[in-house]
Amino acid sequence: MSLAAALPPIHNPAIDYHAIAPELVLAGAIFLVLIADLALPPARKWWSMVVAFVGVLATLATTLTLIGSDRVTFGGSYVVDDFAVLFKVFFTSVALVVLLLSMRYVRDGRYYQGEYYFLVLCSLLGMMTMPSSRDLLMLFISLELVSAPAFLLVAFRKGDPRSNEGALKFFLIGVLSTAVMLYGMSLIYGVTGTTRLAGIAASLATPVGSSSLALAAILFVVGGFAFKVSAFPFQFWAPDTYEGAPVPIAAFLAVASKAAGFAGLLQLMFVAFLPRADFWAPIFVVLSLFTMTLGNLVALQQQQVVRLLAYSSIAQAGYMLLPFALATTTNTALNKEAFAAAVLYILIYAVMNLGAFSVVLAMARESPGIMIADFAGLGQRAAYLAVPMTMFLVSLAGIPPFAGFWGKFFIFRAAIDRGGIGAWLAVAMVVNSVISLVYYLFIVREMFFQPIAEPVRALRSPATVTAVVLAAAGGILAVGFFPSLFAHFPPISTLIGR
Amino acid sequence: MSGWEKSAVTLAVFLPTAGAVVISFLPKDRDRLIRGLGILFTGAALVVGIVMLFGFDYGAHQGLQFELNASWIPSVAIHYHVGIDGISLPLFELTLLLSFLCAIYTYRVLPAPGKPKGFLALMMLLETGMAGTFIAFDLVLFFIFWELVLVPMYFMIGIWGSSNREYAAIKFFLYTLFGSVFMLLGFLAMFFKSNPHTFDIVQLQQQAATAPFAKGVQLLIFAGVFLGFAIKVPMWPFHTWLPDAHTEAPTVGSVLLAGILLKMGGYGFIRIALPILPQAARVWAPIIGVLAAIAIVYAALACLAQKDLKRLIAFSSVGHMGFVMLGIATLTSVGINAALFAMIAHGLITGMLFFEVGSIYDRYHTRQISEIGGGMLLKVPYLAGIFAFTAIASLGLPGLAGFWGEVTALASSYSPAQILTGHLGLFRTLMVFGGIGTILTAGYFLWTLQRVNMGSLPDEWKEKSLADVSSIEWLAWAPLLVGILLLGVFPRLVFGTTNDAVTALAHLFGR
Repeated sequence: MSLAAALPPIHNPAIDYHAIAPELVLAGAIFLVLIADLALPPARKWWSMVVAFVGVLATLATTLTLIGSDRVTFGGSYVVDDFAVLFKVFFTSVALVVLLLSMRYVRDGRYYQGEYYFLVLCSLLGMMTMPSSRDLLMLFISLELVSAPAFLLVAFRKGDPRSNEGALKFFLIGVLSTAVMLYGMSLIYGVTGTTRLAGIAASLATPVGSSSLALAAILFVVGGFAFKVSAFPFQFWAPDTYEGAPVPIAAFLAVASKAAGFAGLLQLMFVAFLPRADFWAPIFVVLSLFTMTLGNLVALQQQQVVRLLAYSSIAQAGYMLLPFALATTTNTALNKEAFAAAVLYILIYAVMNLGAFSVVLAMARESPGIMIADFAGLGQRAAYLAVPMTMFLVSLAGIPPFAGFWGKFFIFRAAIDRGGIGAWLAVAMVVNSVISLVYYLFIVREMFFQPIAEPVRALRSPATVTAVVLAAAGGILAVGFFPSLFAHFPPISTLIGR
Repeated sequence: MSGWEKSAVTLAVFLPTAGAVVISFLPKDRDRLIRGLGILFTGAALVVGIVMLFGFDYGAHQGLQFELNASWIPSVAIHYHVGIDGISLPLFELTLLLSFLCAIYTYRVLPAPGKPKGFLALMMLLETGMAGTFIAFDLVLFFIFWELVLVPMYFMIGIWGSSNREYAAIKFFLYTLFGSVFMLLGFLAMFFKSNPHTFDIVQLQQQAATAPFAKGVQLLIFAGVFLGFAIKVPMWPFHTWLPDAHTEAPTVGSVLLAGILLKMGGYGFIRIALPILPQAARVWAPIIGVLAAIAIVYAALACLAQKDLKRLIAFSSVGHMGFVMLGIATLTSVGINAALFAMIAHGLITGMLFFEVGSIYDRYHTRQISEIGGGMLLKVPYLAGIFAFTAIASLGLPGLAGFWGEVTALASSYSPAQILTGHLGLFRTLMVFGGIGTILTAGYFLWTLQRVNMGSLPDEWKEKSLADVSSIEWLAWAPLLVGILLLGVFPRLVFGTTNDAVTALAHLFGR
């Protein structure tokens, strides 16, 4: 008997090409960037950035056509709903910003431009598929597609040993955590017999879900994602990696890559594993508490700005993990609230953090090491950077009237609504916010309170970077006054309770 | 209701913000224009405030006037609910007045490193935050205005302050933020405990009157909001940020800190903590009373030990706010009226004192009492005369503004609210300590006058020419001086405004 006859006939699922159109466009752009790099003479290599930029713009435009749609394809493992579209729009926007930030940096640094943009777009492709993946395998592939190019991008400053060190750490820990996560996923398949998130949820709701094997599997998967979002105790790669990486890539990792991790984690926890929230929510209590506290306390000691922002972003990850700790098996309304709070925080955090990294980037040309002390007198040297930077930092600390306040507000709101442990987590978070303000103000103090020697040397920032800084500042102000811009966006609750 | 009635409050609150935005787009070298615009915008806000004074219905026993309640963030039931009542009105007007006078003062006087553009922009943002706090009737809106003052004041102290400014600035910021984040958690708990869920202060008050939260819940929430308000007031032992912040801040910063920022704490107790959490207020009242009495005596003793004139005034604020809190702790209409009066009086008097200390420093370039060395009456008679007048008002001489608030607060603690009868002995003891504090206050102010104003002029100053009160100073100070006298002679100006609203509130506590 031939092999073909022994296997069941392969059944091609119908593919909804509109649903995957953004990814197809992006894939096309990826090839174009590679080809452009081959064709362009060395002096014109920066044109590959333009190709990449246009490609991502086209991707964004295609994604926008999907707003409000609810498409399911590949037999249910790939879904385009409001949640997915929200994150796709977000990821493409962040990618556009990172491309803008990269242009001067990569060109002036004499890095391989074609490869750089190729890798950024590959990572973006993983991010695009992440929020649509409703299947363990899809999730895994997306996550790897996000991470693998990032390993290379971190190492792009080849001349600098810190870049090599950061990339190596990132790679080793990343691969280790991937192995752990994949092992957990395989166990889940073993226990539940499916890789579909919805199927897993149905199965875990039965007594099967109480088996120690299922619980161990959940633990492994959470561990893998904890690395991705730089949560305690898998956070220590982040500062070294951010410091070593090109600054735009550090921003990309701290914002987009982390958000991608959270997008995956949100789907896993609030969809697939929700029936066992009683088991995993307490784990997130510990993760969240330790991540925010450790991040903040270590950030207090930092002298180097990128490292400070790295620890700050660890602390912020702790805040984002808090809503997970509020999940319950019974209260759908509360789960929705927690879920929405997490999504909102991730989005707002991204804008603030991108802004802050952009200001760092603007200074990177003059002082590549960028210590906090290098910010001295920035208020006089470049108020158009210093004032927005102050807004970003104050917003990161969660002080109104900036967007960061609403991010925290919605988390507090869910936590207080949860009561019990939620209230205590809220108390821990407010204390942490106050601590975080201390180190954010270190930078503010340097910028404004230090008199500097005359004559004041004005700081010239690349126009694209300045544009990003001002746009981000406008964004956090606008959201600060009209949080409904986000709160109205329907997505927030579509994933839960369907 | 006419468009004017709906928009007047908003206009007064956000005119300064508009000014800040306009100023920040002007080139740095248009110095005079910038300072002029500062006066113009704060002045316009004050004009709106004064017109409102005439439109205000003083006979309305309850309810808000100039009310606007618009949905702001529908998904979480947050409203832009602003309005004004007898409790808000005096503090609101004081804010507009003091800010305007500060803008006038800044027309000529601005400490190093200059930069009127940044200074005035921050000052006007600060004004929006302060004024907004007194008219917000949605807890979240209240919180946002409340927090809005932090960043501008931080920069004001940190950039234009004196030698130890960085420490004072960050201490101020962290301390008050620490309190207010707990307050925010308290607000959220109020939201979720209310039925139907609401952030609206008026509705929460109505719910508290008909179906209050469980007592245990109230106590817990009160603890949260107490931390926020008590640090802002500041009550002993949360006062340690105050002497640093007030001393290091530039003159205008100190005036606004002492004149208005502190009142936000007292106002918070009266507007939010007492009416929404009445049962908890009853439990907390004796504690607040004791802390207030400690503050009065402690601050007076601390003042006796101060060598720095500005630090002395700063500490005296702790004592004066002690009287305010003692009045609030009695939970009677008399006590709360007294607290409101004392806050207004303190705003005028201590605001004035900080102006004077700033001007004394401008002339002598020292704030050390020993270095000034006496004889100010001989050298700069008008300045010294005004200083004596204000100091005497501050120590509570009958006939001046400082008298009514504090003496009424003391009197009210003789007979606290009915529900506090179990603590009658305690409150009467507190009254005695408050009385001792009054005597000590008189003591240190008179002693200070003796050391600064009286005596012979030290040789050091004989040769130097020191200018007396300048015309811009007269302009900025005259309204305050008149106000101090006016409120001393006609205390009804404030009592008459606050009494109705306060009586409605004190009804909760049995009298």
